[in-house]
Amino acid sequence: MIRLVAALGAAVLAGLAGLGRLALFTAQTLSHLARPPFYPREFGHALVQIGYNSLPVVGLTALFTGGALALQIYAGGARFSAEAVVPQIVAIGMVRELGPVLVGLMIAARVTSSIAAEIATMKVTEQIDALVTLSTHPMKYLTLPRVLAATLVMPVLVAVGDTIGIFGGFIVGTERLGFNATTYLKNTVDFLEARDVASSLVKGAAFGFIAALMGCYFGMTSARGAMGVGRATKGAVVAAAVLILAANLILTEAFFAL
Amino acid sequence: MIRLAQVHKSFGTNDVLRGVDLDVARGESMVVIGGSGTGKSVLIKCILGLVAPDSGTITVDGQDVTRVPRDAFLARFGMLFQGAALFDSLPVWQNVAFRLLRGRLKRPRTEARAIAIAKLRRVGLDADVADRLPAELSGGMQKRVGLARAIAADPEVIFFDEPTTGLDPIMAGVINALIREIVTEMGATAITITHDMTSVRAIADRVAMLHRGKVRWCGPVGDIDAATDPYLDQFIHGRADGPIETLR
Ligand SMILES: Nc1ncnc2c1ncn2[C@@H]1O[C@H](COP(=O)(O)OP(=O)(O)O)[C@@H](O)[C@H]1O
Ligand SMILES: [Mg+2]
Repeated sequence: MIRLVAALGAAVLAGLAGLGRLALFTAQTLSHLARPPFYPREFGHALVQIGYNSLPVVGLTALFTGGALALQIYAGGARFSAEAVVPQIVAIGMVRELGPVLVGLMIAARVTSSIAAEIATMKVTEQIDALVTLSTHPMKYLTLPRVLAATLVMPVLVAVGDTIGIFGGFIVGTERLGFNATTYLKNTVDFLEARDVASSLVKGAAFGFIAALMGCYFGMTSARGAMGVGRATKGAVVAAAVLILAANLILTEAFFAL
Repeated sequence: MIRLAQVHKSFGTNDVLRGVDLDVARGESMVVIGGSGTGKSVLIKCILGLVAPDSGTITVDGQDVTRVPRDAFLARFGMLFQGAALFDSLPVWQNVAFRLLRGRLKRPRTEARAIAIAKLRRVGLDADVADRLPAELSGGMQKRVGLARAIAADPEVIFFDEPTTGLDPIMAGVINALIREIVTEMGATAITITHDMTSVRAIADRVAMLHRGKVRWCGPVGDIDAATDPYLDQFIHGRADGPIETLR
């Protein structure tokens, strides 16, 4: 019993220490926002990598999900003759929840993993040390550009995802379920509120921040060797995904709780 | 110029440095020898502040390295890493000119590129490697690019971690001559880590031997053959028998 408590205590302490390190890392990253030099070339590169290159996967994810959502709502709605709400519920579901969450998770899979693996490899092969000896701060050169780019570009990705998701629902709605195209679009546009869209974009920014930060944190703290890189990558993706889902709950509460 | 006093460093239970004392004078070429895993690389990283010693003091020009402004301090140093540590997302010339493309030593791109190509030539590499990526080069070529990067900004103090490992004997000779030249002509202070006794004789003014976390022997290169220390003797002659235990 005592041993159990001790083990539990140790685990809690280790968890707290990890949280403390992460908080410190976050604070350090943000503190470089205000201190030159800046590396615009790295920032531009990160924008392309994280934003532009993610468009195909974001688009496909949203398209399929929007379509499936329309089918489900139609089937569910039919049970109490409420089939007509498909456009409205697809819009709300995509914009408020599925758009940001799915795009966030796809970014965790695509961007967090690649950031973590890249930085961890740099750490393991002494490239981070080399940066320091070349008078370049790794947080400024590697972390800040990626975190900033992800935070700024994710709202755009989420907006694209929301739109394509709604479009997926529209295709299924008009082609398979017999909705009138004009009515479908009018219902969608009329039903969405500014708050729905705002919550979507804010979630996007938060998830982008989390995804890039986790990649950088786990990469920078990677253990030595190929195993270290593997573990850092896995840890980064899991942490990013879990934190994104937790943040989603908190933000949903903040925006929509009555 | 560089002075280490009672520097200790452990990684967990692995006591790597156990009280290292070392003095390197300005303009001197110090060579550090010692078996692999004795902490030679860790020693150099401690001086640069890449690894924080557990105890002891390291001073450069009388100033504690943990208390000096980092940027100005690091601007005086060049370092060749054991594994070259090239940035694999950047082409070779941008690796070499890294310092000249950003920060306080920033110059126009064309000028930085010209300097990079000149430095590459000094380490025996053609201008046509300039636009290749590090991953496309052999290990020995990567090492030489790392060397070119270390000397690109003409630093006052240069650390070479095993500069000739992985090179053919002729290229090793070229690199040894280059290091000697940098010290004599540019007046740089150098610390070189090597296992290669030819390099030791070509590069060193003084030699320090690291063993079991301490400097076991330190003296002018001319004295190594006459030295009576059995550890040093075993090392420089590469004997399997002697006081340095080998696992077989
Ligand atoms: N960052 C580190 N973390 C843990 N152990 C390390 C680290 N760096 C070096 N070591 C250990 O310190 C010892 C000395 O390493 P090193 O200085 O690289 O040896 P060498 O003399 O061959 O250059 C080795 O046992 C190595 O495993
Ligand atoms: Mg070494």
